[in-house]
This record gives sequence, C-alpha cells and structure tokens, in this order.
Amino acid sequence: MVNFFWLLLMLSGIVVAAVHGKVETVTRAVLEGAKLAVETSFGLIAVVSFWLGVMRVAEAAGLVRALARLVRPLVQLLFPGVPGDHPAVGAIVLNLSANVLGLGNAATPAGLVAMRELQKLNPRPEEATPAMCTFLALNTACITLVPATVIGIRALYGSREPAAIIGSTVLATACGMTVAILADSLFRQLYRRK
Amino acid sequence: MGGLITGVADWVIPGLLFVVLVLGFCRRIPVYETFVTGAQEGFEVAIKTIPYLVAMLVAISVFRASGAMDGVVYFLKPLLEPFGIPPEVLPHAVMRPLSGGAALGIATDIIRTHGPDSLLGCLVSTMQGTSDTTFYILSVYFGAIGVKHYRYAPVTGLLADVTTFLASVIIVGRTFG
Repeated sequence: MVNFFWLLLMLSGIVVAAVHGKVETVTRAVLEGAKLAVETSFGLIAVVSFWLGVMRVAEAAGLVRALARLVRPLVQLLFPGVPGDHPAVGAIVLNLSANVLGLGNAATPAGLVAMRELQKLNPRPEEATPAMCTFLALNTACITLVPATVIGIRALYGSREPAAIIGSTVLATACGMTVAILADSLFRQLYRRK
Repeated sequence: MGGLITGVADWVIPGLLFVVLVLGFCRRIPVYETFVTGAQEGFEVAIKTIPYLVAMLVAISVFRASGAMDGVVYFLKPLLEPFGIPPEVLPHAVMRPLSGGAALGIATDIIRTHGPDSLLGCLVSTMQGTSDTTFYILSVYFGAIGVKHYRYAPVTGLLADVTTFLASVIIVGRTFG
C-alpha cells in the first residue's frame, strides 16, 4: 500500500509535469525535496535529543510505574477474560502508560510481552482472542500527551507557539480512544453470537 | 473553548518537566547523567528519519511542482468542503495508518508550505500527533506471536483512525479557526 501510494505520487507527478510542458521542474523538485528532508532531520536532532533525555529521567524516576497504578483498574475493567493477577495485565498497563508518555522505546517491548502472555490464554493460537483485539485497539488509538517530533518540526519552520497543538491532540486522541473502546466491545458481542 | 485548550497546552511541557525532575530528585536519581545518556540517542533517532523523509518529500515535491497536487485539490474540494475537510490533508490521512515516517514527510511539507501556525499547519500537526501507524502495529504485534486471523482488530483500528481524523478537523477548526 505504501509502495503503491509512493509510486502513484512520483509517476503521476512526472507525467503531469510532462503534459504541462514543464518536465524540467521535476529535477529541481527532486533535489529540493531531498535537501529539505535532510535539513528537517538535522533540525530534529535538537528537540529529539532533549526529549529523549527527559524521558530517560522519567523512566528512571518511575513515572511509568506511577501512571500504571492509575491505569490498572481501567485495564481490569476492559479485559474481563484475563485474570486480575495474570502477568498479561501488568504488561498491558506498562505498555499503555508508556504510550501516553510517548515512550516508544519502553512501549514496544512491554507490548510484545503482553501479546505473548495473552497468547498463552489462547485456545486457538492462529486466531486473535477478544483480549488481543481490545489491547491493540487501545494501543493504536492511545492518548498521546506530548507529540515531541511534530512540535520540533513546527519550531523548525518558525511557529510562534510550537506546543499549541497539545490540547487539540489530546482531545482528538481521547475521541478516537472512546470510539475504539465502544467499537471493540460492540464487535466482541457480535462475534460471540456467531 | 479555544482559549482554554491552548492555555492548558502552554502548561503541559513545563509541568511535565517539573514533575519529572522533582520525582527524579526525590528518588535520588542522578538526573544530569541520566538525562545525558538518554539524549545521546537523539542524534541516531533523528538521523534515522532521513531515508523516510527523503522518499516522501521528494515524491510530494514532484507531485506539487508538476501541478498534479493543484488538480487533486481542485477535484476533491467540492466533495470535502461540505464536511469542512481541507483536501490538502487527505494524503496525510491516507498515509498515517500505514507509515509514520511517510506521514511525517507529508506533514513537514504542509507545515513548510502553508506555515506552522496556519489552520492547515495546525490541523496536520494535530493529525501527526494523534493516532498511530495502525497497520504497522497490527502486523508487528500479531506477527510476533504467529496469529494469522486478525478478526475485527483492523476494523476497530480503522474506525478509531477515522474518528480521530474527523475529531481533529472539528477541534482544530474550533480552536484555531
């Protein structure tokens, strides 16, 4: 799908330029785009370095664990099929807390552990269980507190208030997460009846 | 409502910084050394985005310079206008669930072309900040444990992505419009 989309952009761009009789703009656009990409990546070093530093301190100070204590009751409510003392619960809680804080490095390993633990409860190993579907729905639609990369890009291109989008981001992800939870429980009912 | 949302936004980063540092101090973490170790990875992480950004920004740049982008916007505008969706952000909405790097490239292009504080710039920034690369996550997590039938997981993920997108359009319109 990504392949198709990229090919479509490139080829249709070249064809349209040729039809418009300005095929020479393609070369200029290629060089300009590549230069812009490298400049942006270098510009991102600043904010990404700073944020990874802060997040390392947050991790060491146990902020993830503190947040996990708040998330835990909610997780137990959303996963009725998983026993409360099962190791999967801890991994799910850890993954979601790290996701909220934007700690990708901590979120992925915890997520993989959660999936492996949920697989142990799975009677048909090739088929996704309801708990797995719920976990991934929460994971992909998770609330994000600080989208550091895009804030960095906004600053790079001269925004007066790079962080102004935090409020709209949190609200929009909250809407997405609500729908994910509702849709998941609806599908869970529908699939059980079949 | 707009004032409240941006007002709260002003506090998130300073507030989080304060809490993290105080918590670190209370737990007797060597905050300075820990910060430096974490920040060391910043260079590598930022440089790793280069290939994705080059691929996507070159493609978008060619697409825009050729006049094809204007054509697409011209045709989609009457379809999307009644819903208040600017056609310029559609490529981003399509790419976001597939590839985070590619979506970042499209967002960068819009932020640079229209300005980060414009309505379009704020909208695409919000879209980039929300919602994850749904399909990538599904394939990595299910792939890791050998599950082949995803059942309703992709549908739920897509529904959430569409909701987040429409919510972004409405919220950004109210907040920054």
